[in-house]
Amino acid sequence: MLVSEQKPLEEILHSLDGDGTVFLLGCRGCAEASHTGGEQEVRTMKANLEEAGKIVSGWTALDFLCQKALVKTGLQAFRDQILASDSLLVMCCGVGVQATAAVVDKVVHPGCNTLSMGGAQGEWRGSERCAECGACLLDYTGGICPITACTKSLINGPCGGARDGRCEHQPDVRPCGWQQIYERLKKLDHLDKLREIHTPQDYAKAEPPKALRSTTFWALEHVEE
Amino acid sequence: MKSGSNLEKVLTEGHFAVTSEMGPPKGTSADFVRKTAEHLKHCCDAMNVTDNQTAIVRMSSLAACAILRQMGIDPVMQMVTRDRNRLAMQSDILGAVALGIRNLLCLTGDHQKFGNHPTAKNVHDIDSIQLEQMIKTMRDDGLFMSEDKISGDVPIFIGAAANPFADPFEFRVLRLAKKIKAGADFIQTQAVFDIPRFAKWMEMVRDQGLHEQVYILAGLIPMKSVGMARYMKKYVAGLMIPDELVERMAGTSDAKEEGVNIACELIEQIRDIPGVRGIHIMAVAWEEIVPGIVERAQLLPRPIV
Ligand code: SF4
Ligand code: SF4
Repeated sequence: MLVSEQKPLEEILHSLDGDGTVFLLGCRGCAEASHTGGEQEVRTMKANLEEAGKIVSGWTALDFLCQKALVKTGLQAFRDQILASDSLLVMCCGVGVQATAAVVDKVVHPGCNTLSMGGAQGEWRGSERCAECGACLLDYTGGICPITACTKSLINGPCGGARDGRCEHQPDVRPCGWQQIYERLKKLDHLDKLREIHTPQDYAKAEPPKALRSTTFWALEHVEE
Repeated sequence: MKSGSNLEKVLTEGHFAVTSEMGPPKGTSADFVRKTAEHLKHCCDAMNVTDNQTAIVRMSSLAACAILRQMGIDPVMQMVTRDRNRLAMQSDILGAVALGIRNLLCLTGDHQKFGNHPTAKNVHDIDSIQLEQMIKTMRDDGLFMSEDKISGDVPIFIGAAANPFADPFEFRVLRLAKKIKAGADFIQTQAVFDIPRFAKWMEMVRDQGLHEQVYILAGLIPMKSVGMARYMKKYVAGLMIPDELVERMAGTSDAKEEGVNIACELIEQIRDIPGVRGIHIMAVAWEEIVPGIVERAQLLPRPIV
């Protein structure tokens, strides 16, 4: 799941400057769930573009724009409209925009910004987050992640900015992660953990490992070329 | 001697140290740095130079410290982990030593949203404790963080900040112990206004014998007006000002004079607390008041060591 938000219309129009005819492409996956690129949003965008004097040559919303093979077959039916357009406006996450760009020889404009999930990997009720740092510190911090719970991702304890248990960054919405860690360890009678100096993180591990850089589709795409 | 800095000598000889602080200009004027430093030069043993304080871009601390060196001043170069990764920090430290800078204060830095580039990416590649440890390794073992050898010595007196007022209170002493373990030689605390709370913290510090392992300098901010007092009380993260002091600032016809009175009283009370080895006066943008305060507190002339 990727969460997106629509770019401001002004920015979209600016990027379409000089493109008289545009094809609109939405996604029935995460973008529909984010209310940024489902059928309804694509229709609204069509009306907005027409009001701004653009010709919309056609539109569709496909299932999962992130899957290149599906995008390619899905767009076959719209070949003529796409060829008649100056560009495509794609309303979904950055993956779908890139997949579309890879299969269409036209300029592709993103209609959305893909938002950081801050370590959330989907929809669930808890507040726990993991930023996939590759070197898990939870043993040392009593099961609360300092990378995501502390605004500065500090590893050896709090900065000087916490007040009344709230983080200096957004006291109204964020508790100080290190206050939480401290309290948890105190409760567990494990404050000794905080005496250890934790060595600097190996941020190379935060990069995805090689095996994850390709996917099951990779082989398929490779053969296609 | 770890660094041979003036500050280190004053402290090891047992004098009650005085450090002050200057903020470099939001511009390129070396004259500004010299003029500000001129006010402070004779009333302190070392002078801190802030590093993009409150996340506002200013002349680099390294460059301003180099100017202070030319004036014969012993600078304390501040370094925040917000703006540089481990490579940039280590190269700046080498450069600082080459320019004669011998004291370095390791800080986290305020969040960038408080400054004039709120959309910046913060770094925090290493945190302030890891920075202390890194400098200690550079100095004592002659090694970079990567364990490559450094050519030449890295004589640095390592400083760290401590905030006796931020939450969680009990953790603050633990954190101090951790900073000492990481390599801190001296500590400059957040500004002290609440003497009972500071005294309580110092008591906890003494209980663990930490005051014998590190030189603790208590922070002091002279208040210029009641507006400043109220502002700091409300907005400055990790600062605590008792209502009584705010009321005194509100009830006087000469706020600056009252601010100086309060500063001198605070110094007197701080000096009575066992284990405190000096004061650190932060009067950024009001530097000219510092000599008067130091004089009234009978801390002049500064020792020649
Ligand atoms: S420490 Fe790293 S791996 Fe562990 S929860 Fe936090 S981000 Fe995830
Ligand atoms: S206040 Fe707490 S959560 Fe916020 S940056 Fe500082 S240590 Fe991290």
